Amino acid sequence: MKRHLLEAADLDRADATLVLDTAAQIDQALAGREVKKLPTLRGRTVVNLFYEDSTRTRISFELAAKRLSADVINFSAKGSSVSKGESLKDTALTLEAMGADAIVVRHSASGAPHRLANWVRGSVVNAGDGTHEHPTQALLDAYTIRHRLGRLDGVRVAIVGDVLHSRVARSNVWLLTTLGAEVTLVAPPTLLPVGVGSWPVGVSYDLDAVLPKADAVMMLRVQAERMNASFFPSAREYSRRYGLDARRMAALPDEAIVMHPGPMNRGMEIAADVADSVRSTIVEQVGNGVSVRMAVLYLLLGGSTR
Amino acid sequence: MTYLIKGARVLGGDPADLLLADGRIAAIGDRLSATGATVVDAGGLVALPGLVDLHTHLREPGREDAETVETGSRAAALGGFTAVHAMANTDPVADTAGVVEQVWRLGRQAGLVDVVPVGAVTVGLRGERLAELGAMADSAARVRVFSDDGHCVADPALMRRALEYVKALDGVVAQHAEEPRLTAGAQMNEGHRSARLGLTGWPAAAEEAVIARDVLLAQHVGARLHVCHVSTAGSVEILRWAKSRGVQVTAEVTPHHLLLTEACAETYDPVFKVNPPLRTDADVEALRAGLADGTIDAVATDHAPHAVEDKESEWAQARPGMLGLEQALSIVVETLVEPGLLDWAGVADRMSVRPAAIGRLDGRGLQAHGRPLAPGEPANLLLLDPAARATVDPAALASRSRNSPYAGRELPGRVVATFLRGVPTVLDGKAVR
Ligand SMILES: [Zn+2]
Repeated sequence: MKRHLLEAADLDRADATLVLDTAAQIDQALAGREVKKLPTLRGRTVVNLFYEDSTRTRISFELAAKRLSADVINFSAKGSSVSKGESLKDTALTLEAMGADAIVVRHSASGAPHRLANWVRGSVVNAGDGTHEHPTQALLDAYTIRHRLGRLDGVRVAIVGDVLHSRVARSNVWLLTTLGAEVTLVAPPTLLPVGVGSWPVGVSYDLDAVLPKADAVMMLRVQAERMNASFFPSAREYSRRYGLDARRMAALPDEAIVMHPGPMNRGMEIAADVADSVRSTIVEQVGNGVSVRMAVLYLLLGGSTR
Repeated sequence: MTYLIKGARVLGGDPADLLLADGRIAAIGDRLSATGATVVDAGGLVALPGLVDLHTHLREPGREDAETVETGSRAAALGGFTAVHAMANTDPVADTAGVVEQVWRLGRQAGLVDVVPVGAVTVGLRGERLAELGAMADSAARVRVFSDDGHCVADPALMRRALEYVKALDGVVAQHAEEPRLTAGAQMNEGHRSARLGLTGWPAAAEEAVIARDVLLAQHVGARLHVCHVSTAGSVEILRWAKSRGVQVTAEVTPHHLLLTEACAETYDPVFKVNPPLRTDADVEALRAGLADGTIDAVATDHAPHAVEDKESEWAQARPGMLGLEQALSIVVETLVEPGLLDWAGVADRMSVRPAAIGRLDGRGLQAHGRPLAPGEPANLLLLDPAARATVDPAALASRSRNSPYAGRELPGRVVATFLRGVPTVLDGKAVR
């Protein structure tokens, strides 16, 4: 592993597999135990530096660090660093002086974790930066797919929705293709980035054509406000063309799973009965998130290097 | 004060001596001598007319922490410039005779280059109504170039009126071509790199659409148009088409768009954030070719100093812009002279003669710029060592700011001396003051 986890695009197949295998070992080690805690990172300090509200991601990292016995500091810098008056660099130097061994950073600006990594000696973990990447989300998604379907090689994954603004989509594109999956992006053309043609994925505007050939379908959150900027005409039209309802779900192959990184807009990109169906891995993804983040922290801070 | 320059290659020609006296070139010839003259050994050096920049941000008044007229003038002199146009987006905006005269006066006090103020096209750069263009033209600053640079004059009706109105002033509107509705929140060139980096894209079409509109407007009203910092291959094509149709359009390209590409953004280091953004290899190639064939008239620096805190941040929060004055000539040597696209006469044309003509600085008299290196002409010139190579160290720059995108890069060419009306502003590669 490198010193930081800044983007899934940085992970080669061996690194990515190591994270997933480590997460699986952690799951086994903790299975059935009353006290879900390992002593691995005792005495180490993990800082959660969150410039954006994301209770679920923060709690997941916090739980992961605590289960590894690390000291956890939550440094909530809501709003931008500039509006708060202190620059990202000054914050970084402060955390450095406090002896942070790892900084888990969530920021609205793409590339903020890369900047941070220039200024600190500890490990930086990207917990979502702007519309760039969210690598631990992709790792937990890959873990979930592998767990449910038994493999990643050759698995056909459809990622559906607002790819343009989605860091989850970007991280999954790089990670899943690195791990041998075949990824197809499905969205209206307005919600695909110009230049997507250079990505190692298929692209479709037609969800119904893709579903019968998908082993996993990952629904991205779509903000209804996007219609105000004319990315699509209305929430209703979006959900009619790109939403996953029970009728569409029936077109999936028998073993196929339905994923969502959360938080969901029920009724927009995903119907309630789909989200709650047996194909849905949504709750499982949340649990896997803790294991995968434990694996990442363990490998960056205490684990073996290869 | 008399200077005798020995053995300089004027525009790269055979070695000759130049005698500078009373602000003018008194003589050019073989083995000149002059009693009492200070001799400057220029063996191996190329003599070029003093460079003229159409696009400099000197930040005074308003952001003296980033640059002042004096520090920017010194940077310009070190770069071989003898005249720079100071952009209007200061605080207060240079949209009145009072502000342009203030900048002009500060330039005179510094005395290192001729500082030529640019007047804002619209009040406060707001793009709503015309500033008092005539008052600025008639002021002591004698404004001839008008620009809302930093902002596009996006309203087509207002742009049309501006183009028309400045005809009476022998002026020109210098347009920052950027359709604002297409660049809301834009951070870098839109393409496969912006897609991967998750940075909002600035499409080439947002520049090209405005240039296309404006050349049609300029043709329609028979006015002069100047296009700032052309950055795309498509823009070069539109300019080529417009010129072939006789439209009175001129254009500039920056050193950074001639050298750097969007690949620099992969570091997320905002020193590479600039507006318009760095583009692709194909754009760089088209810009070099356009400058070489004259479709693009001039190199202009868009020298944009920024304080450390405005650059040492997240990419999206950083201000756009980069330093350029001190490295401009070196970059032209690297990207055009050394590859054989432009000879020294071509460099003089694109960096002195044509920009001076666009800014109407090329008249008669001692205040003129962009004149040939010939007896009787104002002694504005620089001496360049084309064989020297040096690594750029931002800490060593004369600018008050440090946001050079060339840090650590080795570049060819060293300005050894600059003369403004016969008086050295730079000698032995160092600013005289
Ligand atoms: Zn501009």
